Amino acid sequence: MKIVVCIKQVPDTETKVKIAADGKSLDPAGVDYVLNPYDEYAVEEAIKLKEANGSEVTILCLGTEAATKAIRTGLAMGADNAVLLKDENAAGRDWLSVAKTLAEELKALQPDLIFFGKQAMDDDSAAVGTAVAQILGLPSVANITSFALEGATATVQREVEGGIETLTATLPAIFTAHKGLNEPRYPSLKGIMSAKKKPVEEKAAAVCENGTEVVSMALPPERPPGKVIGEGVEAVEKLIDLLKNEAKVL
Amino acid sequence: MDFELNADQKAVRDMARKFADEVIAPGVRERDIKHEFHADIVKKLAEVGLLGGPVPEKYGGAGLDYISHAIVTEEVGRVDSAVRTTLSVHISLVELTILRYASEEQKRRYLPELTSGRMIGCYGLTEPDAGSDAANQQTTAVKTDTGWLLNGNKMWISNGGVSDLALVFAQTDKPRGHKGIACFLVPTDAPGFSAPIIEGKLGLWSSNTTELVLENVEVSDDALMGEVGDGFKIAMGALDSGRYSVAAGCVGIAQGCVDASVKYATEREAFGRKIAGFQLVQELIADMVVQTEAARLLTWKAGHVKNQGESATFETSVAKYYATEAALKAAGDAIRVHGGYGYSNEYPVERFLRDAQVNVLYEGTSQIQKLIIGSHVTGVRAFT
Repeated sequence: MKIVVCIKQVPDTETKVKIAADGKSLDPAGVDYVLNPYDEYAVEEAIKLKEANGSEVTILCLGTEAATKAIRTGLAMGADNAVLLKDENAAGRDWLSVAKTLAEELKALQPDLIFFGKQAMDDDSAAVGTAVAQILGLPSVANITSFALEGATATVQREVEGGIETLTATLPAIFTAHKGLNEPRYPSLKGIMSAKKKPVEEKAAAVCENGTEVVSMALPPERPPGKVIGEGVEAVEKLIDLLKNEAKVL
Repeated sequence: MDFELNADQKAVRDMARKFADEVIAPGVRERDIKHEFHADIVKKLAEVGLLGGPVPEKYGGAGLDYISHAIVTEEVGRVDSAVRTTLSVHISLVELTILRYASEEQKRRYLPELTSGRMIGCYGLTEPDAGSDAANQQTTAVKTDTGWLLNGNKMWISNGGVSDLALVFAQTDKPRGHKGIACFLVPTDAPGFSAPIIEGKLGLWSSNTTELVLENVEVSDDALMGEVGDGFKIAMGALDSGRYSVAAGCVGIAQGCVDASVKYATEREAFGRKIAGFQLVQELIADMVVQTEAARLLTWKAGHVKNQGESATFETSVAKYYATEAALKAAGDAIRVHGGYGYSNEYPVERFLRDAQVNVLYEGTSQIQKLIIGSHVTGVRAFT
């Protein structure tokens, strides 16, 4: 069986991002990039299947040359090979452009099973996996928290408001991974050292127009500092007064 | 001259950092308070290959270069010096010594066991009356028809009580002095072998530190590593390797002190502002940062020389001396930054100080390092 995991390289969640001079993109200076955390669940699920049934796992990534770092993380975790669709302006693409480009490549790769992370931690669009399924006309389930395969039928679960929904889908199909699907492994030292020997095919990404345009970006306003108004019973009266008249929540 | 880490080294650093923060750090305070050995962590270290990093792949390691080895050791040392000590002894004193001095058959028998964590190793050189004066071995090895009979006591042995394999140095022929010393690979389940725990240490509370007691321990001929008379050379070679790891671990302590101090100084307020805004606090932190950077560069320099396959005795001593003293100084200063809170175990810096102290003692005291450095540059040995 052939599995493709679509990944994205995103700024490390510890990084404090800055808005670039153009006011509508992120300043890449000093930013440390990592494999998108939700994509780790997707990679882990694919590798578990590989260990169970000998599947071939391919990492597919649209990004700049620098995205090889995230690709290598996936290879170090245990994926077999990778395709990097190179675009120096990858960060400027919206979900529609990315989805169309990935779908083109997936048509050529002909996988039996495709995993995505449920969303990228940087733009949070949470759309690409489902959009690719739409373009390719494949069944898809977003936000899965469990996955089991029997023959060509996948049984998956996802959390819905107040409960759990169980669904089946016939492969080929697309699933986007949510936290809880598995416990992503640390890449082992041997995995890291063997990652560089694994084939990474690089090619220019197809040009696909954006459907939207970023007009501006702004950081959220700084939160005002907290206020200590006293301790114990004596503070209660003042607290109620402030909640009523200042915060106006009572 | 290239100060940039390569892609492998960065990937190794990212993994080791994440592992240290997510797996080792969460229980460190509790293990320390309870004096509880980190057996579960050792198991997890094995799973990701961190018990055999620099050992070649054909013996079960990952074939890491020495800079990567230092990076891993630093990241572990940054959060827990007790775990780092386990690693330093297991990898640098035991595995790398076997790799360098053992027969092919011995390497094949032991290295895959050690790198996979199926066996843990310890290093038995120091004795109650033989520390810096390591050639003065009182442990004896007497030749028998089928092998050797070992008798004696070893002291301050990290991993002693959790090990499956001990490197034991012993005197085979007292009149020959250090030329009579031999090194043996001793299974710790051999009859007559015991490892009484040593209590009351200043630091490294969750590290397992024991004596080794050998009472008529019989080993076969194939337990001898190298030739009779090679023991002292092997012991010194092992310490070269171990010191590099200690230096890297101390870069980790110093970095841990910087991280903790910056965090505290930018949160804690006094006289109406963050204490980071006081020049004398910044001075403490600036000194810490400079010494951490210097210690790291000296360690990597030694690693670079080791990567060329050259003996790095001098560079390793320079790095070990500087980095261990820097860690000790940084830990003391980090407590000053934290004030009274730094003196309590609510913050990690008091542990950093207790754990830093042993580094200027074990695997060659700072004084011994100075004598090695001095003899290297003057050509005159100031000790025998």
